[in-house]
Amino acid sequence: MKAPAFDYHAAETVEDAVGQLAEAGDDGLILAGGQTLVPMLAMRLARPSVLIDINAVSELAGIEQLDDGIRIKTCTRQNVALNSQLIGESIPLLAKALPFIGHHQTRNRGTIGGSIAHGDPAAEIPLIAVALDASIKLQTKNDTRNLSAKDFYEGPMMTLRKDDECLTDVTFPIWQEEGKLGVGFQEVSQRHGDFAIVSVAAQMVLDGNNVCQRVAIAVGGAAGIPVRLEKVEANLTGSVINQETIGDALTNMADFLDPVEDQHGSAAYRRRVARVMTERAIWEAAA
Amino acid sequence: MSGAHDNPVAGSNYHYIARKRRVVEDKRFVTGNGNFVQDQDLPGTLHVAVLPSPHPRARIVLINAEAALALAGVAAVITGDEIAEHTLPLYHGLPLPECRWFPLAHEMTRYAGEWVAAVVAEDIYIAEDALDLIEVEYEATPAIVDPEEAMKPDAPLVHPGHGSNIIYDGDFEWGPVAEDFEAADHTLSFRARWGRSSTVPIETFGVLAKWDKGTETLNVWASIQMPNYPEQIAAALRMPLNGVKVNQDIDVGGSYGVKRGIKHTVLVGYISRKLGGAPVSLIEDRLVNLASGDAHGPDRIFYTDVAFDQGGVIKSLKIRAIDDCGAYPGRGPFQLGKPIAAIVGPYRINSVHYRPCSVATNKTGQVPVRGMGQGPTNYMIETAVDEVARHLKLDRFEVRRRNLIRSDEFPYLNPTGTKYDSGDYETVLGKVTELANYDDLVKRRDELRVEGKLAGIGIATCLEPSGGNNLFEFLFNPKAEISTYMEGCQVRIDSVGNIVGTMGTTTSGQGHETLVSTILGEELQRDPDDIRVIHADSLAGLPTRSPIASRMAVMLGGAAAGAAQKIKDQLFQIAAHNLNRPIDGLEYSEGTIFDRSDPARKLSWDELCNIAHRQFHKLPEGMEPGLQALHVMQVPLGGQMPDEKNRVQLYPCFSFQAHIPFVEIDPGTGKVTVLDYFIAHDCGTVINPDIVRGMIIGGVAQGIGAALYEKFDYGPDGQFLSGTFVDYVMPSVFEIPYVKDVEHCTPSPLTSHGQKGSGEGGYLGAPAAIASAVNDALEPRGLSIHELPMRMNDIEELLNGEKPE
Amino acid sequence: MTKRDITLTLNGKTVSGQADPRMTLVDFLRVVLKATGTHVGCEHGVCGACTIVLNGEAIRSCLMLAVQVESQEVITVEGLCEEDGSPGILQDAFRDGHGMQCGYCTPGMLTSVHALLQSNDDPSDEDILEAIGGNICRCTGYAQIIDSIKIGAERLREDKS
Repeated sequence: MKAPAFDYHAAETVEDAVGQLAEAGDDGLILAGGQTLVPMLAMRLARPSVLIDINAVSELAGIEQLDDGIRIKTCTRQNVALNSQLIGESIPLLAKALPFIGHHQTRNRGTIGGSIAHGDPAAEIPLIAVALDASIKLQTKNDTRNLSAKDFYEGPMMTLRKDDECLTDVTFPIWQEEGKLGVGFQEVSQRHGDFAIVSVAAQMVLDGNNVCQRVAIAVGGAAGIPVRLEKVEANLTGSVINQETIGDALTNMADFLDPVEDQHGSAAYRRRVARVMTERAIWEAAA
Repeated sequence: MSGAHDNPVAGSNYHYIARKRRVVEDKRFVTGNGNFVQDQDLPGTLHVAVLPSPHPRARIVLINAEAALALAGVAAVITGDEIAEHTLPLYHGLPLPECRWFPLAHEMTRYAGEWVAAVVAEDIYIAEDALDLIEVEYEATPAIVDPEEAMKPDAPLVHPGHGSNIIYDGDFEWGPVAEDFEAADHTLSFRARWGRSSTVPIETFGVLAKWDKGTETLNVWASIQMPNYPEQIAAALRMPLNGVKVNQDIDVGGSYGVKRGIKHTVLVGYISRKLGGAPVSLIEDRLVNLASGDAHGPDRIFYTDVAFDQGGVIKSLKIRAIDDCGAYPGRGPFQLGKPIAAIVGPYRINSVHYRPCSVATNKTGQVPVRGMGQGPTNYMIETAVDEVARHLKLDRFEVRRRNLIRSDEFPYLNPTGTKYDSGDYETVLGKVTELANYDDLVKRRDELRVEGKLAGIGIATCLEPSGGNNLFEFLFNPKAEISTYMEGCQVRIDSVGNIVGTMGTTTSGQGHETLVSTILGEELQRDPDDIRVIHADSLAGLPTRSPIASRMAVMLGGAAAGAAQKIKDQLFQIAAHNLNRPIDGLEYSEGTIFDRSDPARKLSWDELCNIAHRQFHKLPEGMEPGLQALHVMQVPLGGQMPDEKNRVQLYPCFSFQAHIPFVEIDPGTGKVTVLDYFIAHDCGTVINPDIVRGMIIGGVAQGIGAALYEKFDYGPDGQFLSGTFVDYVMPSVFEIPYVKDVEHCTPSPLTSHGQKGSGEGGYLGAPAAIASAVNDALEPRGLSIHELPMRMNDIEELLNGEKPE
Repeated sequence: MTKRDITLTLNGKTVSGQADPRMTLVDFLRVVLKATGTHVGCEHGVCGACTIVLNGEAIRSCLMLAVQVESQEVITVEGLCEEDGSPGILQDAFRDGHGMQCGYCTPGMLTSVHALLQSNDDPSDEDILEAIGGNICRCTGYAQIIDSIKIGAERLREDKS
């Protein structure tokens, strides 16, 4: 389990990083926290010619308050985000999901942007990004663009990021609706800290009459990418939240899921559990 | 919190035994000074990487290693053809001449991941680069994966020359089975499935070998725990046994039975000789360890019939056990044999029909795992007891009380001819129910049930045969006429009175140095902290069968006590000679020997040691100078071959445990959470309370893993699906509750201090206990599950899946 | 690829060595710097045997490249000893609680706990689980490790006061 040979460049600035990336053509990879990339290298599942390390790029770490959102720069460690008061207060759904990621030791190194860019369909941060429709910023030597997380994922570990693009930050929107904002995060995995077999994130605003003003729900591990349950959201929006409306909204929801199965969970299992976890996440958000 | 504390034996006044003492080995481990095989640093060491077969069953048409050999830093590429030409096949326990097993696949591959070629290079990074450059042409053929399918006459053959996939098929009957079934009020049948798992130490297997041209000796440093290791190396490499030197002072990073890298060792031994004496190391990485280390455990199907009376008293068992031993049986099939020692468990069962069968499939090979098949067997026996209770609507605890052997029945002769040495099972069961606060636990369970949750209490009462002998091998293979499984210990006292104890094998977390120093300290009345314990290499060697079979407290402990006694005998003779008194007038106290009638007449420890080493003129006539003694212990009650009815004493000592876990199941996901775990344990005299407590609780944790999480999965096409620690799921601290334990002591009459084995017990009962708890939780829904591991998918499917029409 | 020169502070001392860019930190520590106290268990970040303390935080040394520790501060199990190499307070606590058996996961366990206790000398049960949840021990079933951590935390508090 030893990586194939590659060159290494410790970038000092974003400009430096994207310049190097452009030079590498389709053979360069950004090294952020490395918690997924380094084992992929060791298993020779990734064979870059050069690694461009962005850990020392100070402009790529940090959490910023914007008018309508929170910008998390790509190299922000997951544990830094977990301990961030700003995130706790402004993106409570992300704060709720962060403790489920790996272990303390991997969160000390693993980054927010690295997880989003890798795009594991069972990972927590991409799920939250899709649930909240976060905005993902990609930068090349000559250009930058923003993509909605909803559009970013194409399949397991496949995204719209081009080889010469560096993910520089992700902005999670803050909802402005009046009412009580609640969040729910439910995950089932074999062990604490494992990738989810199924996970569900829900964020909801209820008015004083328990009527849902706005809701976002996404499911991880039940398809090749994190999936927004738009139909369920539409059914719940404007409804009083109770057993009956939730039950109605979730009817047939599993039909829209296309889980990949393995020895830890059959497709049928993941569909059934996705429904159970969705119901729980909604109740948690409504509580 | 129930931390370990002194565990005094009733009526004893031991100074060191059963007292809390720091564990000798721990000091080097906490400071980063362990001496593991990967820490060996010989200049010029070459490193081996192995090429895995992508096919579970294929003919090897061609291997082209030219590009790999041309890579700078590559010293050699070895293939199966070369190995088969220069070494003899590796040893199986059974005579299987047509199941030829070599370190590298020869002519055909028999499981996904099997080693097809080995690269030797100056560092491991280069070696792995070279693997990428080897071209292999395969002709893939369908694999056989399911063991019951493999038994059918038209199944693809793992070893075509053997003519069948059946490696062993036995038929044993002990006692009047037909009569007992005829006379029984009730019978029931069930199928139970123990999934393929293993103990998977955190240190993988590793070995370093160096052929020394000058002395014509193959030096071996390995993370090894197995008997006959030097013998098997020598045989495969066609070397004299006294030309193989296995260094036993290597710390082994966990084993629990599985560190048996014989194929690895033969490979590096061959390479080192081929290359003229370069040190050559092969350290498994985790992918190799899981897929192709040949270190999987039992993979077993039981079909059991139970005959019992109206009161739930079990009279007889009929057991068909089918075990999937993978492609290369090794000693795997004997894991069906060892459990014969306690095939009726701790119960007064009158007769047994046992038909064990070992079947080859296209999977990696098996090694003896902690308890050597006793874990699966105990799971099956406990399932039988729970099923009897369920059938008769009786309490599971009460059924056990009715079946357990009573304390006044020891020594108890079971139908297979094995005598259980001692025990007080009902008292131990009482202790665990008290520890668990059982009535309270029932209340907690029932409250959870009222809330609509699934909660259950488990119970398992199990035996741990300990002390080990090898007579099960003879039952399976009449050529194996082996009636001893000895262990030696040597004690030397130097001229200034320092004590060195020597053992002949490695240690892998059991604290053997602590065991020997404690017993020597106790016997010689010297401070154990001043006693040094070393591991002799196999040439300097002492007779040893290695730390398997839960035997070291009994056997190495006994050997140490015997050697200390010989030293004391010699000291008495020296003292009698110099004090001019008969031996029976003398007394020994903390190393000083004095005249009982005139205590001022004495010889101190220092004086005695000085005389022995330097003053020949003061030694009794005929006594050798120096002060050393070797004691080789034979297994208690061993030495008798089976009688014509296959009755035999298998293992001398029988430890006992009673487990009570408390679990909750999430009905929406099938996820089982172990909320609490209680265990009462009796291994006779406890030598070191911390060590025993660790063994018990650690075994429980492994058992929870086997019950709920761990399985080596193969796809229907034979591809291996559990190649990383993401897919082979071992429990972390989040999955294991803080296990609460209590000891009981029924000394063994057969051992030096009343001790029995304790290395396996936790593991031997926990899977059964967890299964019992899960089934208790499922009971209100009218469901049950008899297949391990009980993963959440399986349980949820049972609860919520579409029911078959 | 050409080897890089790497200089770091290891257990309070400045040390240097050379490594290919692809060499992991744990291999660099063990093979190049001969600091063999840190162990390799899985090389894919699950078992925790290779845990070290980087700039005060517990991390996996199998998931980092050697070139990434240039000018950084690393503490390994050897660094938890007293000046003379004798066991430090936490290490002695693990001896008194017998928080190990085979000793293979022990260095990673100790470094994880060291990082915890540096920032929190009175950890709750949950804090302890969180700190060692990423360290698999196959021998102990964790109870004696938890005991040892509690003994160590108490002694460190006493030592400070």
